[in-house]
Amino acid sequence: MAARGARLCSLLLLAALAGLGTEAKNSEDVRCKCICPPYKDHSGHIYNKNVSQKDCDCLHVVEPMPVPGPDVEAYCLRCECKYEERSSVTIKVTIIIYLSILGLLLLYMVYLTLVEPILKRRLLGHSQLIQSDEDIGDHQPFANAHDVLARSRSRANVLNKVEYAQQRWKLQVQEQRKSVFDRHVVLS
Amino acid sequence: MFPREVVDSVSLEVSKVRLDGLEALAMDQKGYRRGSFQSATSDEDMLEIAGASVDFSMADDDPPLDREMGGFSSYNGGGMNGTRTMMDFLEEPLPGVGTYEDFNTIDWVREKSRDRDRHREITNRSKESTWALLHSVSDAFSGWLLMLLIGLLAGSLAGLIDISAHWMTDLKEGVCLAGFWFNHEHCCWKSNTTFTDRDKCPEWKSWSQLILGHGEGAFAYILNYLMYVIWALMFSLLAVLLVKGFAPYACGSGIPEIKTILSGFIIRGYLGKWTLVIKTITLVLAVSSGLSLGKEGPLVHVACCCGNILCHLFTKYRKNEAKRREVLSAAAAAGVSVAFGAPIGGVLFSLEEVSYYFPLKTLWRSFFAALVAAFTLRSINPFGNSRLVLFYVEFHMPWHLLELVPFILLGIFGGLWGAFFIRSNIAWCRRRKTTRLGKYPVLEVLVVTAITAVLAFPNEYTRMSTSELISELFNDCGILDSSKLCEYVNDFNSTKGDDLPDRAAGPGVYTAMWQLALALVMKVFITIFTFGMKVPSGLFIPSMAVGAIAGRLLGVAVEQLAFYHHDWAIFSGWCSQGADCITPGLYAMVGAAACLGGVTRMTVSLVVIMFELTGGLEYIVPLMAAAMTSKWVADAIGREGIYDAHIRLNGYPFLEAKEEFSPRRGPWM
Repeated sequence: MAARGARLCSLLLLAALAGLGTEAKNSEDVRCKCICPPYKDHSGHIYNKNVSQKDCDCLHVVEPMPVPGPDVEAYCLRCECKYEERSSVTIKVTIIIYLSILGLLLLYMVYLTLVEPILKRRLLGHSQLIQSDEDIGDHQPFANAHDVLARSRSRANVLNKVEYAQQRWKLQVQEQRKSVFDRHVVLS
Repeated sequence: MFPREVVDSVSLEVSKVRLDGLEALAMDQKGYRRGSFQSATSDEDMLEIAGASVDFSMADDDPPLDREMGGFSSYNGGGMNGTRTMMDFLEEPLPGVGTYEDFNTIDWVREKSRDRDRHREITNRSKESTWALLHSVSDAFSGWLLMLLIGLLAGSLAGLIDISAHWMTDLKEGVCLAGFWFNHEHCCWKSNTTFTDRDKCPEWKSWSQLILGHGEGAFAYILNYLMYVIWALMFSLLAVLLVKGFAPYACGSGIPEIKTILSGFIIRGYLGKWTLVIKTITLVLAVSSGLSLGKEGPLVHVACCCGNILCHLFTKYRKNEAKRREVLSAAAAAGVSVAFGAPIGGVLFSLEEVSYYFPLKTLWRSFFAALVAAFTLRSINPFGNSRLVLFYVEFHMPWHLLELVPFILLGIFGGLWGAFFIRSNIAWCRRRKTTRLGKYPVLEVLVVTAITAVLAFPNEYTRMSTSELISELFNDCGILDSSKLCEYVNDFNSTKGDDLPDRAAGPGVYTAMWQLALALVMKVFITIFTFGMKVPSGLFIPSMAVGAIAGRLLGVAVEQLAFYHHDWAIFSGWCSQGADCITPGLYAMVGAAACLGGVTRMTVSLVVIMFELTGGLEYIVPLMAAAMTSKWVADAIGREGIYDAHIRLNGYPFLEAKEEFSPRRGPWM
């Protein structure tokens, strides 16, 4: 179920990103950029203008023209004009998506490391926690996974299924952490 | 009947033994012949398969829960019904036995035969009803649909990673007032910048400008420095905490482990959902923190995760490990394709470096996946101008045959550096594995980031992101460029359009040269300690940077030599005064290819990637010369590439085709 939810999320994300790529162009997001190098005693200059692609050349973009009439052609030959477009909406949405996912992950990490042990301690009572600490001796955030798994077998409702899946995931991460960080068996 | 008994008893042997260390797999092979020729034991094996079947309703990435840490326990709700006869087992497709234990290898022969049986059954049934016919058509079509989905997802994720990495890299230096989500280049997009100072615009404020109100002076410099180091430390701290907390498999490059997985090994969770999410997020953080690492290797891992996750949508691939590995090969090709903007190079990389079993059908499907991924990335358009990759250059200057001498010199440098890097990196990683250094991963990441940031800020060539550095080094100087590297002494009377002749170097070029030399030394040493840390790290970009710097230095040296001594015999024939003969940008490109080839030992795929990056077909010969030279030199010193060396360091059970067994260490010892 979680797998299907994640699949749905990823498909929505890629649909959103793909859809953004083909969105109608915001008129502010096109420009024609002309770079003109130093010429005689005029210094180099960069000109930006919001024109369409067919108008993207030196004569339309370079205003005011720094050189007098006869020199315009020589000046314009040296200039290079390029038509560029971007999608600022794509950039904005992407950054906001990224920051929100990062924020959610950080909140979840804070919850798992700080808030959950406090809640468990309040629910289970102090003595049980001492016992489980002695048993496992692992001060990682997912130390009580075994305990909760054993206890949750008896009850069977939706909320408990979620907790069951979460504890299973925690056990898996603990296993991975042991292989990677403690025993250095995988990934040096 | 006979082959299936053999096959099944072999797989039972493999799955029964719980491996403690990953090196012990070879010992299982002795069980290959047991029970295959005596029918009595094969009956028992058949029944034991029933008892040992794993619950196939779980997703493949979650290991069986009741498994004890030390031994193997059969996990099934109640055990099979004893009245089922052996004939039933042999006739039905044995669905439950398809899932393997963690850290074991798959049985290629059995997976292939299962797929063949499944296909035969579908073909036979398709004659019965229209629904079955549609089912068989959709089954044939499902591979292509899966490739399409993989390409879309990999391209979208690559776009997300690129845009976010660009933004976060610039966040270390300042922020955009016209919208915090714009990076430096996009912030100054609308405003008119000056020809000499293309970076300054009123909307972009560096941190000292924001805090102090002005950007000049020693105090502002120190403040910028401090903010840079603080941001770098924060990003890398977040990255390593997320990796440690949620998905420890997301660290490192991923390519050695993917090579092992593609050869038939099972590492559960390595290509899972959490690994995908954490790898994507922390890759951006690691790249943005200024560490000397790249994102190409991790992008291959991300693409393979996408492939693995999307396989669950199709029964044909979900239940068959061998077919799944074909899909993963194609996904790896899509990963390289979006990393470099090189679809064909991606397919060849998957063929040469990553894949183990690569039939021709996979070649065509990889190409399709790479193409779709490249197309998706292009339509997201992360860099503007519909370019796929940051350092896309368009050179078409010719090169002369005598320039092969410096190109071969660059190849030798690349080979030497590659061998040196592999030796030192493996030694450092071994130290991390065996001594107390490995007990403090978070502290290690923070210390390396602090050293990198403190050393990188003063030198402008290390302060900018490595991709930008490579792009600037590949660039050929024209009249429109005003960077320090292009500050040649100009004689405007002799210019003809954009085609500038070889000129004497101005003071800017000399300054740039010694700064680049310092940057080279720093990058050579710091990458050794960075690759293999507990954050996602790739090494394509740092190797290319080392090579590009070395190439550019050599190129400028040759150019100046040709300018000042144009009357020497070697230059007078083709490089007269006023001609544009030496292109330092080309030397940078050849150097980058040489160093990358020296480290990874790629040949064909490297050349194809490099010329897809540049579009210059006339440069195939220099690139090939440098790649071959660097491979020969590096192979003479050390036999393995970096990925094979890491595989050997970790002891993964990977049968290397090129390895030879010396007579002293035979299998009977």
